Order: sequence, then C-alpha cells, then structure tokens
Amino acid sequence: MSKLLEVKNLRASYGQVRVLHGLNFSLEEGGVTTLLGANGAGKTTTLRAICGMVKCSGEILFEGKNILGKSTEDVARLGVAHIPEGRGTFTRMTVEENLQLGAISRRDTQNIPKDIDKMFDHFPRLKQRRTQQAGTLSGGEQQMLAIARALMLRPRLMLLDEPSFGLAPLVVKEMFEILTALNREEKASMLIVEQNAALALGIADEAYLLETGSIVMSGPAKQIGADENVRRSYLGY
Amino acid sequence: MSAHEETVVHHDIGESPEGAERLIAKPAAPEAKAGLQLRHFVFVALLVLAFVLPAFTKNFVVFQLTQTMVYAIAIVGLNLLTGFNGQFSLGHSAFYAVGAYTAAILMEQAGLSYVWTLPVAGIICFILGFLFGLPALRLEGVYLALATFALAAATPQILKLSPLEHWTGGVQGIVITKPDAPFGLPLNQDQWLYYFTLIVGLILYLAARNLVTSRTGRALMAIRDNPIAARSMGVNTSLYKASAFGLSAFYTGVAGALGAIIVQFVAPDSFTLTLSIGFLVGLVVGGVGWLPGALFGGAFLLFVPNIAENVSKGLSGAVYGLLLIAIIYVMPSGLAGFLQLIVSKVRGK
Amino acid sequence: MELFIQQVLAGISTGAIYACMALAVVMIYQAIDHLNFAQGEMAMFSTFIAWQLIEKCVPYWLAFVLTVIISFIGGIAIERIVFKPIENAPVLSHVVIFIALYSVINSAAGFIWDFTVKSFPSPFGSAPLFGSSLISAHQGGMVAVTLVLLLLLYGFFSFTRVGLAMRAAAANPASSRLVGIRVSWMVALGWGMATALGSIAGMLIAPVVFLEPNMMISILLYGFAGAVLGGLTSPGGAVLGGFAVGVIENLAGTYIPVVGSELKLPIALVVIVVVLVFKPAGLFGRVVVSRV
Repeated sequence: MSKLLEVKNLRASYGQVRVLHGLNFSLEEGGVTTLLGANGAGKTTTLRAICGMVKCSGEILFEGKNILGKSTEDVARLGVAHIPEGRGTFTRMTVEENLQLGAISRRDTQNIPKDIDKMFDHFPRLKQRRTQQAGTLSGGEQQMLAIARALMLRPRLMLLDEPSFGLAPLVVKEMFEILTALNREEKASMLIVEQNAALALGIADEAYLLETGSIVMSGPAKQIGADENVRRSYLGY
Repeated sequence: MSAHEETVVHHDIGESPEGAERLIAKPAAPEAKAGLQLRHFVFVALLVLAFVLPAFTKNFVVFQLTQTMVYAIAIVGLNLLTGFNGQFSLGHSAFYAVGAYTAAILMEQAGLSYVWTLPVAGIICFILGFLFGLPALRLEGVYLALATFALAAATPQILKLSPLEHWTGGVQGIVITKPDAPFGLPLNQDQWLYYFTLIVGLILYLAARNLVTSRTGRALMAIRDNPIAARSMGVNTSLYKASAFGLSAFYTGVAGALGAIIVQFVAPDSFTLTLSIGFLVGLVVGGVGWLPGALFGGAFLLFVPNIAENVSKGLSGAVYGLLLIAIIYVMPSGLAGFLQLIVSKVRGK
Repeated sequence: MELFIQQVLAGISTGAIYACMALAVVMIYQAIDHLNFAQGEMAMFSTFIAWQLIEKCVPYWLAFVLTVIISFIGGIAIERIVFKPIENAPVLSHVVIFIALYSVINSAAGFIWDFTVKSFPSPFGSAPLFGSSLISAHQGGMVAVTLVLLLLLYGFFSFTRVGLAMRAAAANPASSRLVGIRVSWMVALGWGMATALGSIAGMLIAPVVFLEPNMMISILLYGFAGAVLGGLTSPGGAVLGGFAVGVIENLAGTYIPVVGSELKLPIALVVIVVVLVFKPAGLFGRVVVSRV
C-alpha cells in the first residue's frame, strides 16, 4: 500500500501562540488513522491545517503532492472531505440540497442522482427527511447527513473531527458501525480525531497520541490500545 | 446588517476565525498595566490641550471644535447601542432632532435657561427611545435598520406638519439666542459654549465609560454576543435592549440640544437621513465598540465633507466617497483597530 | 369605492417600479447577505450608459443588451476592486463602503451627465393599456418583464448547480469552502447578476420617472421596503412586496388625513414595520428554524 497522506514537520500558530510543534504522521491508502488527545492538544488544528484553514509551515503531501498553502476549496476539489467540528451542515437548506452541495465540485454530474440514492440506502432516515431543513434534524441525523454529504464528493480522504461529539451513546455506536462499514466496503480512507479513545482505537489501523501540539506516541492501534499508560490516561480502565 | 439567522449559521462550523462574520470589531482595550498608564497620560494630555486650545485659535475654529464634540457625544450614544448592545440604528437623526427642538422650544417659548434644556431633552429622548426600543425588540439586522430608517425619514416631515407649526415654526424653524458666559467670566460666547460642551461631554463620556465596564455594561455586551446565553443567565434581555435604546437616545438628544444652542438655529431639513448616516460613518471610522473613537468620528463628520468640497467642487461627493474608502482600507476596524494594531506591533518587538 | 379601486390600480402601477427594484435587492441579498445601499446608484449609472448608447444612435434593444452586459462586468469589477481587499473587515465597515460608493457614483454621474432631467425611451410605448388611463403600455410591459425575470431567477436558484452554490456560499461561507465552492467568486458573480438586474430595473423605471442622477434615491428605499416586507429570502415575495408598497403608499396618501404627499413614505414604512413586528421574516420569507 502507498501513502495517501504524509504530514512532515507541521507547525501552526494562532497569533503568537504556537499550537503545533512539528507533527509527523501518515495515512495509508484505504486505511484509518486516528489522532487522540485531550482538549487543546491540537487535533482540530491539525485537520484545519490540512484543509488550508490555518496558516502553517512544514509539508503536507497528499498523493505525493504538497498541498500546504492551497486554499480550502482547492483541497476539497482534490478529494479531501472534511467533516468539521459542528458538522458544517447547511442548516437553512434541505437534506437533499445538502447532499447535492457535497457533490458540487464534481464534474461527472450524471452520476450524482445515483449517488444520492445510494446515500439514502445507506441512511434511510435521511430519505424520510429529504425535503426537511437540515437545521431541524436531530444531532445524530445531522451527523449522518454530514457523513453522507462528505461521501457525495467521492472523497479520496475523509477527515472527521470528533464524530461522536454531542451524541447519545447508542447513536455513537451506530455511527462507528457505519464508519467501519464504509471503510471496509467502500475502501474509504479516514483520518479521525477523537476524544473517545476506545471507540477510535476500535476502528483505526494506526494511532497517534497528541499532547500540547506534539506527538508523544504512535504505532498500530492495537498496540497503542494495549499500552498501560494510554489505558490509564485515555481509556480510563 | 446580516440577517438574524447568522448566529446559528456560524455555530455550524465551530469557532472558525475566518468564517465568522463579525458585526463589530471588538478591540479588547489593552488592559495591561503599561497600557493603562499610557492611556491615562494621553487622556490627561488631551484634556489639558482641550482646555488651553481656545486661547490660541480663532472663533470659527472654536465653533468647529465645539461642533465636533457635539457630534462625538451623539456618536457615543450610537456606540452604546450598536457597539455595546449590537443593535443597529439609522434613526438617530430623529433623536438628535427631538433634542434640538426641545432645547429651541424651551428656550424661545418657555424662556428656560439653556443649561436646563439639556436634561429635559435627554429625558424626553430617553422615553422616546425606550418606547421605540420596545417594538424594535422583535426586529434585528436589516429589519431594525428599516424600522429606524422609517423614523429618520419621518422626522423632518413631522416637524413640518402644520398642526405643529405653532411650536416648531414649520419649515422656517426656530432661531435661538446665543447665551453669554456666566459669572462674568472673561470669555466670548463661542469660547464659553466650547467649555460648556467640553464639560458636558466629559461628564457624559465618563458616565458611558463607567457604564460599559459595570455589570450593566457586561450584560449589554452579553446580549450582543450571545442573546440566548444571556437570557439563560437571567439577563432580562427585553428590558436591557429597550433601555439601551433609551440611553442611546438620551446621549443623542443631549447632543441635539447642544447642537441647537451652538448653531443658534433649528430647521426640519437639518435632521434628515443624511445626518443618521453621518453618525454611522463617524461610528465606524472611529471604531465600533471603542468610546474615544467618537471624537475622531465627529471630526470626520464635520471636516471631511469640507475637505472634499475644497478638492473639487463638482466631484466633491466622489472625493468624499474615495476618502471614506481609503480610510476603511487603511483601518478596516476604524481608528480603534488601527491603534490596537500599532500597540500590538510595538509590544511585539 | 371607485376612488379606492382607482388608487389601488395607481398603486399597482407605481408598485411595478418598486417590485423591479426589490427583485434586484433580493438578488444581491441572496449573494452577499447584505443590503447594498449603492444599488440604486449603480442602476442609475447603468441607465445613463444605456442613454448614452441610444444618443449615439445605437438601436434600443442593442443598447439594452449591451448595458446589461456592461453592468454585469461592472458589478464583478466593483466587487473585485472595492470589496475583495476588505472581505474580512467587520460588516459595518462594509456598510460604510456602500455609503461611500453611493456618494462616488452619484457624484460621478452628475459630473459626467449633469443634473438636468433627461427623457428615456420606452420599448413598449406609452399608450394606455386596455383603454385604462391608469396603466400604460409601458407599465404593463414593466410588470411583464419583472415577472419573467422573477421566473428566470427562481429557476436559476432552484434548479441549477451554480444557483445552489451561490445560495450556499451566502448562507455559510466556511462550510461552502469545505465542499469546494469558490466562495469569493460566487460573491463576485452575485454582484454581477445583481448589477445586471439593477440595470434592467433602471432602464424600465427611467421612462416613468425621467433620468437624472438622483432618480433612484427614493425608489431604492421603496424597493428595500418591498423586499423586506415580502421577505428577503424570497424573490417572489419581494415582487409582491414591491406591489404592496405601491398600493399602501397610494392608499395612505388618499385616506389618512394630514398625510399629503410628503408623509407617504414614512406612513408606508410604518405600516411595513408593524407588519414586520408580527411577521419578523417578512410576509413570504422562509422562517428559519434553529435549534438552540
């Protein structure tokens, strides 16, 4: 397998405050990588840096090409679907319009209706709500819509920022089952940022542990999950 | 002037600095110790300058400086509403007009001393502003702009109405006698009015400063930044918003009264929408949410149209517009943001 | 009763002017989420360009099309040159720039074409329509053009991908970038379309009110009022709102004592404000549901 995403020596600051101190990590084609860490560790900033939403330095290689410094819309057009914190739903638009917006930068317009149907197969609950304003959906439904919208891009890479945030435990479980299935069946590559380490380690191949802007530990997810210190600090058992 | 859906939309994406559209710049006044001392020094220096200035300048310049302060007071009023409470108004020319006419009518018809017209004008405007603020509670953004705009558009017409002519003097307006300096002070009328305005302005400015740093001020700002959270913390948003409107109208009304006294004349066509827009421009170039900026705004309002007129008679409007654009380019958040930038650059070194 | 009907008809015919302008207002609101105070002046300037072309013996419809194209490009240029550099400035600073633009355009038009009133030809003629002296052929044509434009816009925003992308970019720029929409160009496109639409409004309005640099001041205000009354999110609502404002204005002028012609505008605005207090999103605006 080849590397889909390779991040080298990534540094970023908000004003005077440096939040990322030279991160190095990578993601295999078709793999799932997770970045774990507490609040303020720099996880969200890392995703935002990949999408050109924060100023940063270093190298971000996507399919071997440096995308650092590209605008957010250009990164999206390369096939990077970012599901941001707070989901980035177009609340004033209908569910169906949200899905169409997911595919807005695609050139193969003739396949879009087919893909929308496919999303409705994946997420039957969205089908029931297709003409409803997205803002009226429940938290879980909105998260599903966000994932479906991201898939409409036919992404090469999905960036997920805390997909479990604000959801009931049962919904979270369902969400991760869906993500696992997507990875297995659609071969979707994912970079997942999570505070819920147990869940994320369950789905990921590789894991990186972030503390105040630096990677303090990395390795296969199974190995990280078995580590005594990680268990005590992040898994709580 | 974005629609009221804005808040919801922006929460969609979390705290995105470049996505978040700000109604106002929030120059978090530099609170560091050094900054405080520097600011106090600047304040005292300006004050001393303000007190000795009339001795060295011509009467007409004194008059212009007085007019600048009057506008500044009105802009402080607008700032309390827009900068600190997030409500938008194109209707402040109406409150300015009410203040001016109150002063004129009380002085010329009731024979009241000019000093007492100020509180009366302020209180009348407070009541009007509060009452206007009540229905305005339901309106936000462009809708509030339209409602306040209606107020500004109606004012000159109402002042011209024939049933009111007995009081307002109709289209002719009212001529006011200029007051002399009291206690035999060795000042001419313009100089005295300058000091009078300076003192009134100083009191109003300090009061506004205290207000915005008080509990009430924090409640006002909480309503501006997150009305839902403010309400859930037990802030009576309706009362505060209507009161903010009233208070803002109070300041503008007092400014109107002062303006009438120094100009010695009120007429309906001095109080059109143009004046409201002028206040808004003054507010923005001075810095929304920064009280001292009002002085810069007032000066802009008074002097820049004259400058434009001098540059080119035929194209004065274009020159004025281009100057305005240039200022916003250089200081997108007004003087406040500009000074803040300079301070942070200096500190950064 | 006859007076009432007459006044309603007169209201509809002036309302057509406002409806036309209201449509342009909603258009730019959709694209940039602000009301553009300079829009009336831009329309006036476009109309002067058309007038100049016609003076130079260009046939009416060719001048019409040329003006629409020039305005489209001009609108994009204004966005790129004036607004792009300060896209991150606070909203109120943008409002001040609108005011500045207003001043610049008004002054420039007065300088180039002076302030004397000029007549502007109508493509529909001015014969009375259906033998009624209240609505002329031109006003009928104006209503028709407004409705056609409305349909076109509706189709554009509802059924095309660019229309969808424009709506998304205005409502939620950050998320729009994440799905690959070039937000900044969508805004520019919105400016272009709104300016083109404004130029059409200007050319339709000019035969009625005559052409001069200040022709649009009060019309833009009524247009705003109509757009807000109908609901800024709804082009159809804006057109209806424009007609409604015309009718309200005429009826207020006729039936409310002491109003006279001077107070027509304020009264119309007061009626609208009262409506808004009860229906804050306008009569036809989409009520936005938000979860707290």
